[in-house]
Amino acid sequence: MDILFLVVQQTMFFSIPLLIVALGGVFTERGGVTNIALDGMMIMGAFTSILFINKMHGSMSGQSLLLIAILIAVVTGMVFSLLHAYASINMKADQIISGTALNMFAPAFAIYVARMIQANGVQQITFVNTFRIPKVPLLGDIPLIGGFFFRNAYITTYIGLAILVVSVIVLYRTRFGLRLRACGEHPHAADSVGINVYKMRYAGVVISGGLAGLGGLVFVVPTSTQFNATVSGYGFLALAVMIFGQWKPMRVLFAAFFFGLMKTVASAYSVIPVLNTLGISSDVFKMVPFIATLIVLAFSSKTSQAPRAVAIPYDKGSR
Amino acid sequence: MNTERFKERGMLFLRSQGFNRASASVTAILSGLLFGLVILLISNPSQAFDGFLIIMKGGFSTGAKGMGQVFYFATPLILTGLSVGFAFKTGLFNIGAAGQFVMGAFAAIYIGVKWTFLPAPWHWIVALLGAALIGGLWALIPGLLKAYLNVHEVISTIMMNYIGMYMANMLVKATVYDSRKNLSMITAESSVLPKGGLDAVFHNVRSSGTLDYSTVNSGIYIAIVVAIIMYVILNKTTFGYELKACGFNQNASKYAGINEKRSMVLSMVIAGALAGLGGGLLYLSGANGRQLKVIDVLAMEGFNGIPVALLGLSNPIGIIFSAIFISYITQGGNYLQSMDFVPEVIDIIVACIIYFSAFALIIRNIITKLLKRKKSEGGEA
Repeated sequence: MDILFLVVQQTMFFSIPLLIVALGGVFTERGGVTNIALDGMMIMGAFTSILFINKMHGSMSGQSLLLIAILIAVVTGMVFSLLHAYASINMKADQIISGTALNMFAPAFAIYVARMIQANGVQQITFVNTFRIPKVPLLGDIPLIGGFFFRNAYITTYIGLAILVVSVIVLYRTRFGLRLRACGEHPHAADSVGINVYKMRYAGVVISGGLAGLGGLVFVVPTSTQFNATVSGYGFLALAVMIFGQWKPMRVLFAAFFFGLMKTVASAYSVIPVLNTLGISSDVFKMVPFIATLIVLAFSSKTSQAPRAVAIPYDKGSR
Repeated sequence: MNTERFKERGMLFLRSQGFNRASASVTAILSGLLFGLVILLISNPSQAFDGFLIIMKGGFSTGAKGMGQVFYFATPLILTGLSVGFAFKTGLFNIGAAGQFVMGAFAAIYIGVKWTFLPAPWHWIVALLGAALIGGLWALIPGLLKAYLNVHEVISTIMMNYIGMYMANMLVKATVYDSRKNLSMITAESSVLPKGGLDAVFHNVRSSGTLDYSTVNSGIYIAIVVAIIMYVILNKTTFGYELKACGFNQNASKYAGINEKRSMVLSMVIAGALAGLGGGLLYLSGANGRQLKVIDVLAMEGFNGIPVALLGLSNPIGIIFSAIFISYITQGGNYLQSMDFVPEVIDIIVACIIYFSAFALIIRNIITKLLKRKKSEGGEA
């Protein structure tokens, strides 16, 4: 039973950042801009917020520190995503190229700054994890469910689930959501009824940047005690989760749990007795999430429901 | 009269597509370098200009040997650049060069270490062919997924990068592992690429009078020849035309009787073979050269193929020059460590260059507009 608890808790640590970042992907793509720079935005968000936690060590700790760090991660991601928005909306640049540039920039920048400001040119930023909630009061005592979701938890888990609820409401129940989706499906039609396509697309990209930045922090905090300018390709996995989730928030949730479970198997196989005795190389387990992604994509891409106008720069003059 | 005609010709050249495109690349490079200078200035104002000078001096900082190293590290970049560029030309975006590269590298090392029954020239030739074959196979999967199951190649090649990295680590550990150094074994002497006369030029003389050789070898010749072959295939053959046509418009190609699915898969396989060959060329360089590291980091050579291809405008000949340029400033970045700088500033510069090269379309339009205005002004006067 303890192992089952551990697996579920681990799955949450891996799934929640995927969920948050993939939801970011949903917002930008629903608005018509593709964003393969999610990985870079995660790195930037994680970098500034972990650096903040590192600097605040001793003077602050616990949930208040984490909440401020979250705020910093979100703002960093938003600011960084403006570069992508400017290139792909104003400059009508190839969005894949712009995204690739940002993906290259982020880890180089994180390593450069870390080595310039830290003693002895160390590139890893260490932090002390004071954020784990051993047991949520009351809820943690519920049999089974308490063990799965309310022990050894992080506040970020609940924030992630809250973001899911808010995303569903914003996308499907507000004027903004309807307009955003219109800009991703048929921007000319949206324009003809007076919607500012450029503004809406900016909004989509910046929301994705904020969520990706947050996702970076949420990924690093429970799974490590240092940040080494990488989020292990999570931004790309999040893109796959988004496609697997067919650009719909609730499906994205299931996709994120599926990948989170795969990732848990990859990282925790040594404590799962059945898998440990198989004697398979650790490298095979590390491949599992990526192979699973490919297989899932192979089955789910044929009937893709991607927004029609995604990755096409909007030009008022074109027909 | 003569000067008039000369001027007219000059204007024609300025308005030609080639010049227009190249100037967009140069603008991107200059903007990227400028940004790099700003980063240096912010982080350490007193040494910034000296540091920048070191970057600009590139491989020359350590004389002939340093320049040799520039060509040694340019060799895999030419191949991964060709891989990405060829895919671009045929309408595909191959981010998977890193995975294809590392799988090709493993194949070459495996053949280089194990197949010692082959005599000298054949050994490295077979090793290179093996590298290209495995690289091609690694790209076959995303090719098939794209053509038949509509999986976007950007996502599938990224997944194949990670799978390739772990696969190569596993295979190296299982077969050709030097566990003391955590590297792959050094390949047999017969599998090492010949120097091809380059050692006569690219070496430094130590104070003791002995020669300090660069690692550069005939791999750079092979890379250049492959680039020329790719140029010919793309521009002078029906096969290349068909592949390009599919990149422009799948439906039109299908209507014209081209098997568009087959073309797509073939384009991907060729791109993968090029990247795989790049892996072979880098790692078949003997004890002084590189060995494959067993770490969970994607091969940088693969990713740097993207800026190389973009700067070279996906033109195989342009790619030769852009690869040498990227290798040149990367070498310069390595010498930065002698000062209080971190070599990652080069990656920042390269990232900025790609970012600005994404603006190519707008920059081109601006240049054309400026030239047009000049012309109309001249007409009025």
